[in-house]
Amino acid sequence: MSLLQLAWSYLRARPLGTLLNVLLLALGVGTIGFVLIVNGQIGDSLNRDAQGIDLVVGAKGSPIQLMLAGIFHLDVPTGNIPLKSAQELAKDPLIRRVIPLCLADSFRGFWIVGTSPDYIDLYHGAFAIGRAWNDRMQAVFGATVAAHTGLGVGDRFVGSHGLAEGGPVHGDSVYTVVGVLKPTGSVLDRLVLVNPESVWFVHEGNITDPEEKKVIEDERQVTVLLVQYATPLAAVSLPRKINSETNMQAASPAYETARLFRMIGVGADVIRAFGGVVLATAALSLFIALYHALNERAYDIAVLRTLGARPASIAVMLMLEALILAVLGGVLGLLLAHSLAAVLSWWMARQESLPINAWAVSSKELWLLVPSLLAATLAALLPSWRAAQANISATLARRA
Amino acid sequence: MIRLEALRFGYIGGDDVLRLDEFVLGPGSNVLIVGPSGCGKTTLLHLIAGLLLPTSGSVVVDGQDLSALSARARDHFRGRHIGIVLQQFHLLPTLTAIQNLLVAQSIAGLPVDRTAAHAMLNALGVDERVDAYPHQLSVGQQQRVAIARALVNRPKLLLADEPTSNLDDEACVSVADLLLSATQRHAVSLVIATHDTRLKSKISRQLALPRRPAEPSA
Repeated sequence: MSLLQLAWSYLRARPLGTLLNVLLLALGVGTIGFVLIVNGQIGDSLNRDAQGIDLVVGAKGSPIQLMLAGIFHLDVPTGNIPLKSAQELAKDPLIRRVIPLCLADSFRGFWIVGTSPDYIDLYHGAFAIGRAWNDRMQAVFGATVAAHTGLGVGDRFVGSHGLAEGGPVHGDSVYTVVGVLKPTGSVLDRLVLVNPESVWFVHEGNITDPEEKKVIEDERQVTVLLVQYATPLAAVSLPRKINSETNMQAASPAYETARLFRMIGVGADVIRAFGGVVLATAALSLFIALYHALNERAYDIAVLRTLGARPASIAVMLMLEALILAVLGGVLGLLLAHSLAAVLSWWMARQESLPINAWAVSSKELWLLVPSLLAATLAALLPSWRAAQANISATLARRA
Repeated sequence: MIRLEALRFGYIGGDDVLRLDEFVLGPGSNVLIVGPSGCGKTTLLHLIAGLLLPTSGSVVVDGQDLSALSARARDHFRGRHIGIVLQQFHLLPTLTAIQNLLVAQSIAGLPVDRTAAHAMLNALGVDERVDAYPHQLSVGQQQRVAIARALVNRPKLLLADEPTSNLDDEACVSVADLLLSATQRHAVSLVIATHDTRLKSKISRQLALPRRPAEPSA
């Protein structure tokens, strides 16, 4: 019959009050934890997608939109840029590598991206089955695309214009799936990859007249260029040069993601603050419960003292009651946070948005028990102190 | 077992509530503390238990001057050597009968001994209800469990505060017999503070406290 068991017996004796306090603590911890998990997962996801990309170049417009469209494929592109300008830029000695992306069509809500095999290497993509394209109208599916559409190597499909499902269909240009990638956890999973010629071909049609062909080829466009610098020094001059001297726009993913996060961050802060308010409410409720228990249990406490309990033991007992609630509430809160993240993850997967791994548990989450423990400790401080100070003789005499 | 000398107790800024020049109780013997209500019976009991400290004079229990102990050591001493039965036989409501005994062992810093606790409940005739909660026990059973709890650590002294005041004649006799037989069996000194005259037939030695001259309104 330790103090811990004694404390637990009191919690068990009033299940409704205990439940209320545990739930309040869980809600507070859960809300804060949810923000933490989702923030962390989205951050990881964005960082993974932006890795190795120093600069995004595209048509002028909003830099955040360019980045969202060019790297994460979460927005429509700002427009197209002439292929010639792109080829010109690629010659710049400050640039090590340029990966072109041609975005125009989609298949069942997944972007069809005309690009080079470098794009697969960028995300360390590996083939689960099949191979890369070696000619136009051959397509490679990301893992998610393959899973969602149920198509595999050898299957044929047509793209529709724009991203909306059911848009105008390019019915006469049929793609054949030649490969499916293993899951990478990156944006690659949600893309259909083809070579740029395929995209141009779908929109130009089969032109036989050499004169006309020449004119059209001169007007070819790409949507986005993913740029890797040859030297860190490029970061100083290259973006400024592109933005001021060409018709193109350059955006730094690192800078723009940080800017985006600052904008989302306000929302996250609001939710986190809400969690803090709930936690404060939990602390208050716990304080009231313990303070009430002091009066209710004055005689019990006196009896414990007659049995030889020290004032400090009485204080510890009340403190333990609060801490048991804090641990229960904290653990339940973490469970709640992950469950909420799982719901969000399911919803985002349906939107074909960023992947969130809701059940990835990190040891850092144990820090989430701290606010819960802190709230409980604060709530128990005064009642514990008062219990220790109680005049036992007077309490016993009053009842007698 | 108990030696009280030149005992004075009063609250700060007030008159003495209690004055007792000398009182000695030998091992294994019994005494009734009697007197009109408000004369300081409970106060004297609390002084002997070390729940209160005298303004002056000394309380020596089993050779130990309680004033000489630190607060912590006094609590410890009480848990080990003094059993206390309260007027309402108050059991901790969230614990079962046997847990009420086990908690007494644990708080006194003694090893939790289920067998000993069971034997004590058996000695008081409530061993069939060991896992019942206090509200599931009859009043008589609660009294027996409370006495068992006071005795489970084998104290040398049992203090009882008005144990019979709310009981009818039959229950009064039964509780008195329980206390006497249990303390005699374990060679425990028994001190009962009471204004219940029915107990005078059971315990011959009496310590009568006089009515206080100037009593603060209680």
